[in-house]
Amino acid sequence: MDFNFIKEVIPMYGEATLLTLRIGFTGIILSFLTGIFCAIVRYGKIPVLNLIVRIYTELSRNTPLLIQLFFLYFALPRMGIKLTGEQCGIIGLTFLGGSYMTETFRSSLETVGKNQLESGMCIGLNKRQLVQYVVLPQAMAVSVPGLVANIIFLLKETSVFSAVALADLMYVAKDLIGLYYKTEESLLLLVIAYFVILLPISFAAYFIEKKVNFNRS
Amino acid sequence: MDNPEILTAVTTAFSVLFKGKNFVRLLGGLGVTIWIAALSVTLSLFLGFLFGIIMNIKNPVIKWTSHIYLEFMRIMPQMVLLFLAYFGITHAFGLSISGEAASIWVFTLWGTAEMGDLVRGALQSIPKHQYESGRAIGLTERQIFFYIIIPQTIKRLVPLSMNLITRMIKTTSLVVFVGVIEVVKIGQQIIEANRLTIPTASIAVYGVIFFMYFIVCWPLSLAADKIEKRNKN
Repeated sequence: MDFNFIKEVIPMYGEATLLTLRIGFTGIILSFLTGIFCAIVRYGKIPVLNLIVRIYTELSRNTPLLIQLFFLYFALPRMGIKLTGEQCGIIGLTFLGGSYMTETFRSSLETVGKNQLESGMCIGLNKRQLVQYVVLPQAMAVSVPGLVANIIFLLKETSVFSAVALADLMYVAKDLIGLYYKTEESLLLLVIAYFVILLPISFAAYFIEKKVNFNRS
Repeated sequence: MDNPEILTAVTTAFSVLFKGKNFVRLLGGLGVTIWIAALSVTLSLFLGFLFGIIMNIKNPVIKWTSHIYLEFMRIMPQMVLLFLAYFGITHAFGLSISGEAASIWVFTLWGTAEMGDLVRGALQSIPKHQYESGRAIGLTERQIFFYIIIPQTIKRLVPLSMNLITRMIKTTSLVVFVGVIEVVKIGQQIIEANRLTIPTASIAVYGVIFFMYFIVCWPLSLAADKIEKRNKN
């Protein structure tokens, strides 16, 4: 282990971590919004939109992010749509994450019992009020563990961003291995960086799951 | 670029597939992808089942080691694991392993962890009275495990493990980064070879690869959803 080397390259990893987090969380927030929208469309069985959302979720769930990114980055410019690596990363992550979020929200929407809807109707709420005040708040609480699992999943998926020339953690590690042949040091820092990003969220997921299960039983 | 231009760009792009053996080559690449996925999935299902049972043993040492293994495998992106296996292990121990071998190792170790966690969850979801009823009718612990617990566990596991399999198939797209010649690599070769004659080849190639993955994974996802729904009723 070359500790001087490690000390020297830590700032590079720091920057890459920030980039991963920035693009990751932008994508996650957009996925979250996409997911809520699509889940409501599917829950309300809104015609036409429902079919479009179904096609979208199936396409996105059943294809790898890497291929989605390659298509955005290498194929779209040939059709006259030029995107930067960062835009590709955000769009790709949103495209993938949106369907996972949709599935999570949809299954939690379905856990809200029919009696809840009927009671809402009885006290004279309209459809929008029902969704806003009765269904969504309850479904949101149920969806938290799934949501956290999706966040972890999507942050892990960001590791393919180096494929579209983003200087993320993988990119830095690959670069350092190629330039200085310091394989152990570079990989160790890579592993540590991902632990720093994901371990706190993973712990949070563990406690949230315990709490939710406790409330249910 | 206006609309007719895009249309011609796309149609010329797809002509690349009919040049020579390009489409057959892509299919061959898909074969490599599926082969790697199938082998690691099979190994993961078996080892994961064992791992899940081991995780249910109430021994603090076993519990902690299995949890650390599980957490490590789950937290590290599969790409990092691939790099650790392909560059790290080769460099640290002076071994030389092929990209294929590294990928199969990594996906099996990761799949075992994920599958093990599913099995653990399924085993724990079997209510206590199932064990007690078994004892009441005089079955031995072994019989209870094999005739009562395992069949119910498997029923719960089928849709979950099918979703895991689709995830593993999708993840095999990463093996291109450790030098395996599979569908993405062959796609890149086709794009490179036609750079001057058909510059738009990337549209067709990545479009086709996208749908190849979709055609492989979609039936599995559909079946998993259907079984899950049936189990609920």
